[in-house]
Amino acid sequence: MLDDFFTRALVAGIGIALCVGPLGCFVVWRRMAYYGDTMAHSALLGVTLSFLFEMSLSIGVFAIALLVSLILMGLQRNRSLPTDSLLGILSHSSLAIGLVLVAFMTNLRVDLDSYLFGDILAVSKTDIAVIYAGAVVIIAILVVMWQKLLVATLSEDLALVEGFRPDQSKLVFMVLMAAVVAIAIKIVGILLITALLIIPAASARRFCRTPEMMAVCASMFGSIAVAMGLFGSLEFDTPSGPSIVVAAMLIFGVTLMAPWKGEGGWK
Amino acid sequence: MPVEIDGIMNTKPLISLQGAGVQQNGRWLIRDVDLWVNPGEIVTLIGPNGSGKSTTMKAAIGLMKLQEGKEFKQPNLRIGYVPQKLTIDATLPMSVHRLMRLAGRYSDALIDEMLTSVGMKDHAHSAVHDLSGGEFQRVLLARAMIGKPDLLVLDEPVQGVDYAGEAELYDLIGKFRKQTGCGILLISHDLHVVMAQTDRVLCLNGHVCCTGTPQSVASSPKYLELFGRQASSSLAVYQHHHDHTHLSDGRVLHEDGSITDHCYHEDGHHHHHDHTHDHTHTDGTGQENAHAG
Repeated sequence: MLDDFFTRALVAGIGIALCVGPLGCFVVWRRMAYYGDTMAHSALLGVTLSFLFEMSLSIGVFAIALLVSLILMGLQRNRSLPTDSLLGILSHSSLAIGLVLVAFMTNLRVDLDSYLFGDILAVSKTDIAVIYAGAVVIIAILVVMWQKLLVATLSEDLALVEGFRPDQSKLVFMVLMAAVVAIAIKIVGILLITALLIIPAASARRFCRTPEMMAVCASMFGSIAVAMGLFGSLEFDTPSGPSIVVAAMLIFGVTLMAPWKGEGGWK
Repeated sequence: MPVEIDGIMNTKPLISLQGAGVQQNGRWLIRDVDLWVNPGEIVTLIGPNGSGKSTTMKAAIGLMKLQEGKEFKQPNLRIGYVPQKLTIDATLPMSVHRLMRLAGRYSDALIDEMLTSVGMKDHAHSAVHDLSGGEFQRVLLARAMIGKPDLLVLDEPVQGVDYAGEAELYDLIGKFRKQTGCGILLISHDLHVVMAQTDRVLCLNGHVCCTGTPQSVASSPKYLELFGRQASSSLAVYQHHHDHTHLSDGRVLHEDGSITDHCYHEDGHHHHHDHTHDHTHTDGTGQENAHAG
């Protein structure tokens, strides 16, 4: 079954959507969309370094994303600049360094497009194994840490007083984000990972009354978007990442039209 | 400073600050602040805006680091905390019941009981975003109390609550202290209103301006200097302890549930003798102290 490249892409994409859903909810709840973007942009630097040091792509991307998160945490403690400015600096600097390094590596032909926008043809059986192993670990950590992460999302002060160790939750969250970026990069590409984090979660909000339900719902919407996007990509010969994001956007549009009683909704 | 509550003597403070100073961007938010809260004691912080009330509170429970002075906290101290401002993002679906469960693994029965005590049982399954400011405060208070903390730390616990509700919540806080013997550190949202059961008031203005019983602070020269002579007459010590209700037939329903023909202080139902105004006459519906008894 996995011999067909399209089936492989579909299986891989759904695996990604499943673990991206709950994390995307946290990104939305914590208003960290720009943080997701920064992670994703730093991924190009990770890709370049993986080639440079001839190591696994996922590990290179993961390591750089994590490094950028830690630098961010350090700079935040400094309190010299607001977080969004810090993210802007880190996001674009790491992307630019990545692009400059690619230009230097003349002996290496990097298909930049496939990393920026995702490439369904590139998904191998090994990738699927990595994605599902990663998804299992990510979801397991989320389940164990769920309560702590939620309280820290409500209020870091409250979490600290009640002994929930918000700094620990924050670190775990950063590691999980770096991991998701690392495993999602092949399917959706660097530029569109944030979209896959945010759009399914935003679509799920209107239908859910508990955080857990919203997480599951976001995974479902994400999976549907992946399936729709990949079929579209095959049908119209469009790049996989953007097609998936367009599909997610269409789902979001449809959810906007659903009847809404207003309880617990946007204000 | 030993305090006796229900026969238990305890001299070791739950938390304390000694000569505490917190600095931010080169400016001292507070300096040379001494604070301690003993078990069973209610300590109220008052002071003008920017006088360092929240800073003092946060420093006391370890949310802010001291640049000067010493802090002490009893090991394994359970703290129930209501922060001054807590906004739950509209994108996060959260019911009142779920918010209570986030405090820890508590049974539905206990959650119901706590919500009932703050008058929020009917809202258990409402979304927190649909609550008014006052209702949300009540839920946060219930959430802080559910873990039977050793210390309740309340940063303006009655903000957004109407006048009658305010009296009720202060009564509830006082009762909780009596039942559990916990210490309470609270910031009064209204400079001039300090709850009746307060043992000690700390009037802050970057440093401890004056401290003592509510009455002694109100007459302190430093307090008068800080808030003006007019304020002195308006430091209303919250003494509306509604420990009984006058029923429509003229009889009196007491806090302990008994009903008598009068409400004289000698009848043994009054535990607080320092009240200037220890009861109210309601229209007989008992609404004003429906929470009592």
